[in-house]
Amino acid sequence: MSEKIFIRNAKPSDLDAVVGLDEVGQREVKQAYWQGIFDHYVKSGRADRICLVAEKGNAVVGFIVGEVRAWEFGSPPCGWVFALSVAHAVREMGIGQRMFDEICSRLKQSGINTVRTMVDLDNKLTLSFFRSVGMCTGRYIELERQID
Amino acid sequence: MKLNKASLFALISVLELASDAERQLSTTDIAKKYCISTHHLAKVMRNLVHEGVIQAIRGVGGGYRFAGNINRTTLLDIIQLFETMESELDLPHWGEDGNPIVAELQSVTNEIDNLTKAVLDTITLATALKNSRLREELLTNRKQPEAG
Ligand SMILES: CC(C)(COP(=O)(O)OP(=O)(O)OC[C@H]1O[C@@H](n2cnc3c(N)ncnc32)[C@H](O)[C@@H]1OP(=O)(O)O)[C@@H](O)C(=O)NCCC(=O)NCCS
Repeated sequence: MSEKIFIRNAKPSDLDAVVGLDEVGQREVKQAYWQGIFDHYVKSGRADRICLVAEKGNAVVGFIVGEVRAWEFGSPPCGWVFALSVAHAVREMGIGQRMFDEICSRLKQSGINTVRTMVDLDNKLTLSFFRSVGMCTGRYIELERQID
Repeated sequence: MKLNKASLFALISVLELASDAERQLSTTDIAKKYCISTHHLAKVMRNLVHEGVIQAIRGVGGGYRFAGNINRTTLLDIIQLFETMESELDLPHWGEDGNPIVAELQSVTNEIDNLTKAVLDTITLATALKNSRLREELLTNRKQPEAG
């Protein structure tokens, strides 16, 4: 019954599945956003731009996207994970953790030894997930203000 | 942030018991291990039983056992049984009337409280225990070369 989960590089044909898994924002806006992400991360073929999906049977049930960024905010090169989602039906089965481990190992192969992310203060689930994979508050603090 | 003694003792006891849900420990066992007051700890344990976080086992070899959900209970859940984690400006007459200096101080304390909550409410007991084990392993690995 329980099919194996494979973590692999995303392919251009995964676009619709990934858009479907992304719960943030409206579909039309997301489609354009993800098309841009796929152009940049999937089609570029660069090792420092990573877009992975989790596959169960023939279905894409999760994705994670990240990349190496250098010298932004005065920081030496480090990895950033900026999007992650797992389908509701297969949550809490270790898929998120496997995708995160895989992206970390890819980042390490690119010579990186720090990984960062940013999560909404109220997104307790995602914060708990990142905590559980060993992340904690880092050296950079996000500041913001309204521009009136 | 200064945790009150009851919260600290509760965190220690709950983590100690949750690290092995089958094991029973008495108040004296825990108090001895952490060099804390048995009398004070006994009160905390009664409170934790009342809240259903731990269970009292009667009879010979009796003690306490963890009774919660290690993957869902956060550090904040335990702390909040004993104190609110909200900063208070001790200015009873200035709280409501829009004094700008008080309002600014209130805004700063809110900012700190939100960050505190984002940390304490996203670290589950399971995550805290996983991190403790990693610390222990690190310590053991550091000691090993000396022994060899
Ligand atoms: C966060 C998310 C990716 C986790 O995926 P998952 O496959 O369910 O996670 P895993 O099964 O690998 O869990 C790993 C750890 O995360 C933590 N975790 C997962 N779900 C949790 C939950 N509901 N509550 C608390 N902790 C949880 C646990 O510590 C778990 O470790 P354990 O299995 O040893 O208990 C998934 O819940 C999700 O897609 N959430 C929405 C993400 C989102 O908001 N994205 C938009 C911003 S990019």
